[in-house]
Amino acid sequence: MTEPHIVVHDLTMAYGDRVIQRDLNFTIDRGDIFIIMGGSGCGKSTLLRHLIGLIRPVKGRILYDGVDFWSADPSTRAALLRRIGVLYQSGALWSSMTLAENVGLPLGEYTDLDDAEIMALASLKLALVGLKGFENYYPYEISGGMQKRAGLARAIALDPEILFFDEPSAGLDPVSAKRLDDLIVELRDSLGATVVIVTHELPSILAIGTNSVFLDAERKTMIAQGPPRELLHHADPKVREFLTRGGTL
Amino acid sequence: MTEPAPTAMLALRQKEGRLHVCLGGDWRIDTPQRPTVGEVILALEESRFEQVILEDGGIRTWDSALLLFLDQLREFCRRHDIELDCRGLPEGVRRLLHLAAAVTPTTTAGAPRSPGWLERVGLRTLNLFDQTQAFVAFIGETALSLLRLIRGRARFRLRDLWLVLQECGPDALPIVTLIALLMGLILAYVGAIQLQMFGAQIYVANLVGLGTLREMGAMMTAVIMAGRTGAAYAAQLGTMQVNEEIDALKTLGLSPMEFLVLPRMIALIVMVPLLTLYADLIGLLGGGLAAVSVFDLTVLEYVTQTRTALSLQDLGVGLIKAAVFGILIATAGCLRGIQCRRSAQAVGEAATSAVVSAIVAIVVADSLLTILFTRLGI
Repeated sequence: MTEPHIVVHDLTMAYGDRVIQRDLNFTIDRGDIFIIMGGSGCGKSTLLRHLIGLIRPVKGRILYDGVDFWSADPSTRAALLRRIGVLYQSGALWSSMTLAENVGLPLGEYTDLDDAEIMALASLKLALVGLKGFENYYPYEISGGMQKRAGLARAIALDPEILFFDEPSAGLDPVSAKRLDDLIVELRDSLGATVVIVTHELPSILAIGTNSVFLDAERKTMIAQGPPRELLHHADPKVREFLTRGGTL
Repeated sequence: MTEPAPTAMLALRQKEGRLHVCLGGDWRIDTPQRPTVGEVILALEESRFEQVILEDGGIRTWDSALLLFLDQLREFCRRHDIELDCRGLPEGVRRLLHLAAAVTPTTTAGAPRSPGWLERVGLRTLNLFDQTQAFVAFIGETALSLLRLIRGRARFRLRDLWLVLQECGPDALPIVTLIALLMGLILAYVGAIQLQMFGAQIYVANLVGLGTLREMGAMMTAVIMAGRTGAAYAAQLGTMQVNEEIDALKTLGLSPMEFLVLPRMIALIVMVPLLTLYADLIGLLGGGLAAVSVFDLTVLEYVTQTRTALSLQDLGVGLIKAAVFGILIATAGCLRGIQCRRSAQAVGEAATSAVVSAIVAIVVADSLLTILFTRLGI
């Protein structure tokens, strides 16, 4: 049996004295499309920010291939961060740069490629997300859905092993959301990456999720873990209600 | 055991009008001396091939470096009408190449065209025309809002007005104190050194008094407020534009001019003259400190000479200028904020532009008012 790619062990998250979630224990396997779900305000995005090293946990450990992220020295942490790519909710593109420059920046910082190669590669990454020909556009010149895809092109710029998505389908029409879901699956299959998605979009959760964790805002801990389709029949009515839109599906 | 250094392999073989391209090893960005697509292109240019066949000759690891190589080769083959056979490549590579070649609906939009110089001149002229129009419209809307305020029909929250009054008034006192005190000191020093040569250092009080009340008090306060408050207004309103807060006001039927611009305008029209009055007093104090401590004047002499030299008219001139400067700073800050585009970069540009336009407007207005007051004999 292979070692899990990411292990979250006994994690407690808090802002000051206010505990957001406690006693989180779960593993993410290589090649998983792992969904972090739960109602609004339960701490999904906070968990994501802990996983990508933006917030230090109050208690507990996060291990990448057996390496404890927060116990590691800064250079190991920096190396671990280079293995991940993040797509933020709004795309988070740098507004003073064109799309090609946005994608090219991490390549320029972390590889020995020359400028021409960087631009060619940035163009290729943009083509992968369907934005060929938009290299010289600024983020404010394109739609929200396109900004999200450009954000994805930047997230995969360094061929990351793990891709994190914060509400990828939020604000997208159903067709664009489905297209993005297909793209995520395609990139996972082609690049062999592990995907972690924070979302409460049921069609996406059920269509592409291979494993998941359900966070509860009231009990301030996870109350279910497993493939989303299996959780449809979970013993806890809260989980069932969430996944069936209050029993309407 | 340490991992061996990555190496990439490229072998070319010709057979029956076809070029077989065999790839092996580690095709990664960090692979040193990776073969380039130029080597294949060179072979393709040397003789005519109908087909290029790509083969997996033991590819161990790969990333975007391989994709980039293949994408460039594919582009060359497309341009030269050469068939490219990718069937021998690993499945993941083929799928990504297919994805990169897929045409989605958005790709039909095309790239932005860079205009020629004549077009650029035209575009800039049109832009200038639009900006002037927007400026005039803004002034008009502000005037209408002020009219509605006078009639008691303007809609804004009184709490917001108190808040901006607090921000641009009392909160600015420390910086105004420091600058005004130093300004008085500098005026006294520069003047007294010259006047001392004629034994007329008593007139340093005239110089400091007239200079501060008529010009420097209002001017320095206005420059401070342009940098401090004008920029803040542009950034606040610009961020509200980015966050669609201004759109939200409009859809609720609330006028951003009344709700956001008017309180800020009132705050600066009220506060800049009050701060100027304060700066005048501190400036006189600063001048007095220098005159008494360095140039052997007594406090009584300085105060008496100041009272003789100054009239209420001088104070009035300074305060009228201050009120005008207040309007200019508020207009520049609010206009740039309201005109801000929806990006972080644009917010920065709006703040910079607000300060620059306000300072230019202040200096121009000061010159015009000084000429006007001189002509009128005030």
